[in-house]
Amino acid sequence: MRGWFTAGACHAGDRAGGGYDRPVAALSRADVEHVAFLARLGLTADELDRLEGQLNHILEQYAKLTELDTSAIPPTAQTIELENILRDDVATPSLAPDQVLSNAPQRDGEFIVVPPILGGDGG
Amino acid sequence: MGDPLTRLPGHALASALRAGVTSSREIVEASLALAERHNRALNAWLTIDRDRALAEADAADARLAAARGEGSDAVAALHPLLGLPVALKDLVSLAGGQCTAGSRILEGYVAPYDAHITERLREVGAVILGKTNMDEFAMGSSNEWSAFGPVSNPWDLDRVPGGSSGGSATAVAAGHVPFGIGTDTGGSIRQPAALTGVVGMKPTYGRVSRYGIVAFASSLDQIGPFARDTRDAAALLHAVAGRDERDSTSAPVSVPDELLQLASRDDEAAAYLQGKRLGLPREYFVAGMEPGVEAGIREAVRALEAAGATVEEVSLPHTDYGLATYYIVAPAEASANLARYDGVRYGLSVREAGGDFIADYLATRGAGFGPEVKRRIMLGTYALSAGYYDAFYVKAQKVRTLIKRDFDNVFGAGIDALVAPTSPTVAFQFGARIADPVSMYLSDACTLPVNMAGLPGVSVPCGLSDGLPVGLQLIGPAWSELELLRLGRGYEAVTAGAPWRGVEPAQLRLADERDAATPMERRAALAGA
Repeated sequence: MRGWFTAGACHAGDRAGGGYDRPVAALSRADVEHVAFLARLGLTADELDRLEGQLNHILEQYAKLTELDTSAIPPTAQTIELENILRDDVATPSLAPDQVLSNAPQRDGEFIVVPPILGGDGG
Repeated sequence: MGDPLTRLPGHALASALRAGVTSSREIVEASLALAERHNRALNAWLTIDRDRALAEADAADARLAAARGEGSDAVAALHPLLGLPVALKDLVSLAGGQCTAGSRILEGYVAPYDAHITERLREVGAVILGKTNMDEFAMGSSNEWSAFGPVSNPWDLDRVPGGSSGGSATAVAAGHVPFGIGTDTGGSIRQPAALTGVVGMKPTYGRVSRYGIVAFASSLDQIGPFARDTRDAAALLHAVAGRDERDSTSAPVSVPDELLQLASRDDEAAAYLQGKRLGLPREYFVAGMEPGVEAGIREAVRALEAAGATVEEVSLPHTDYGLATYYIVAPAEASANLARYDGVRYGLSVREAGGDFIADYLATRGAGFGPEVKRRIMLGTYALSAGYYDAFYVKAQKVRTLIKRDFDNVFGAGIDALVAPTSPTVAFQFGARIADPVSMYLSDACTLPVNMAGLPGVSVPCGLSDGLPVGLQLIGPAWSELELLRLGRGYEAVTAGAPWRGVEPAQLRLADERDAATPMERRAALAGA
């Protein structure tokens, strides 16, 4: 897995600089593999082949945005202009542990069994 | 065809209930029978919970009887949805019910609690008939991306009902229920409403709490109603809208009770159109729009003018940039939201023998997500990745500002609402757009700018093109749902006598046949042809 990551640790950085008004660069097969790994998607060779073509076709559509000069335009993250809303800090009943854990794939009493995170190759 | 009860709008059923002509149990039994009979041919429902629905119907009948005992004020205080069946899109949590969001990764997941809107529907005494089919995680415009098979459009069983809320739209169009709940991130209520010939509204962002709803793109997602007319759509919106402190984006804006009093008389409803200033955005008449759709919209405009509204051409100059902007912002937010499906706490879990936890994530997500969801996660991850964040995500958010300003300028200049097509085409055949993601994305060209700007929009039926429904979209300023629904009601009133108004979905009878082909079989036959 780590090998894959290294191999795919592609050229993202190289192309980034100021990329605002540049045409969108095409994604290579290695880029597609790298993005799939970042997204934690295990994809088959067929899926990677198909995605390489499709993603590039979609990225071509993105290039349209470079027509617009947005240097003086503020970004919009949300539209209804709400200010931060804080609720009162009041204790309310919550779900029973059994309900919360009812969908866990592997359980041990009131715990969810998880794969080891520390140690081994994955850490 | 169905029991006559299943063809009546909710407001007529509510009157019949109060007059003692029928009972909630009788209505719900008719609904269940029709939904179950049609499900082989339509595949609109992923879950139908007969026992719970009948128990809720009996509870509603008891509540009505108790109110009768207290007097006419108590009966008048009951919500018009009391005792009436509602379809929930299968991404709305219903405690104890499966909630798949149309995905294998959530197959068998049972919601431990109710969504806010589920609580609200219970409070008013509505009966939840079951959960409806949808594109996986609400990503799609045809319902063909459901992991549990496509849905057939009751107007032509070889065609899609639109998406992503295709199951709820179909359940309402086919008469299974008078009310359906959908969600709309880029058109997922309005486009299927147009393609199935029903009313569908996307409210203002923040109008309805999203607590307990499976998230897709959090700055765009909004819950809204399907119904067969505007009065019912308004009543369902009234039931579910309003501030909920568990969703910090649900807005502290009051919900007008006038939503329950849309004019019942056609002359009164039509009078609302008098003097209204409507804008026709020229950019919405895009290349690729079918002539039959354009003709339907132009005829609707003439009907609105004849009723005393003025319709003037306006410009939303950044419309053309909507698609690219949306397909950066929505996948970016989706890739973050869908990171939670890790196979550890709930949902599908594939553990690789001898592998580490990363291998488990890769295997679980690789097996659990379908092609469109994977594509969007990839797009979003790329757009947010180091070095591309400014070029894609921030750039798209800036263009989003321009799109929103286009609408602000038009409404600021005194336009009451915009009239536009909902979808550039009528319902298309299975397989027509599945191989080319961009052609599928174009299905929402006329709806997604409205989500980008956070505005309300409603699609109302405005005729048929070659026997398939066309939808008219009305778009208003933030919080103008009541005004939009009144406009829609006015349009219904002035076209009440139009010949297409009485036409029922053409292939409903076929859907009733015991050995009807399933949508999966139809799709396969078309793919082989």
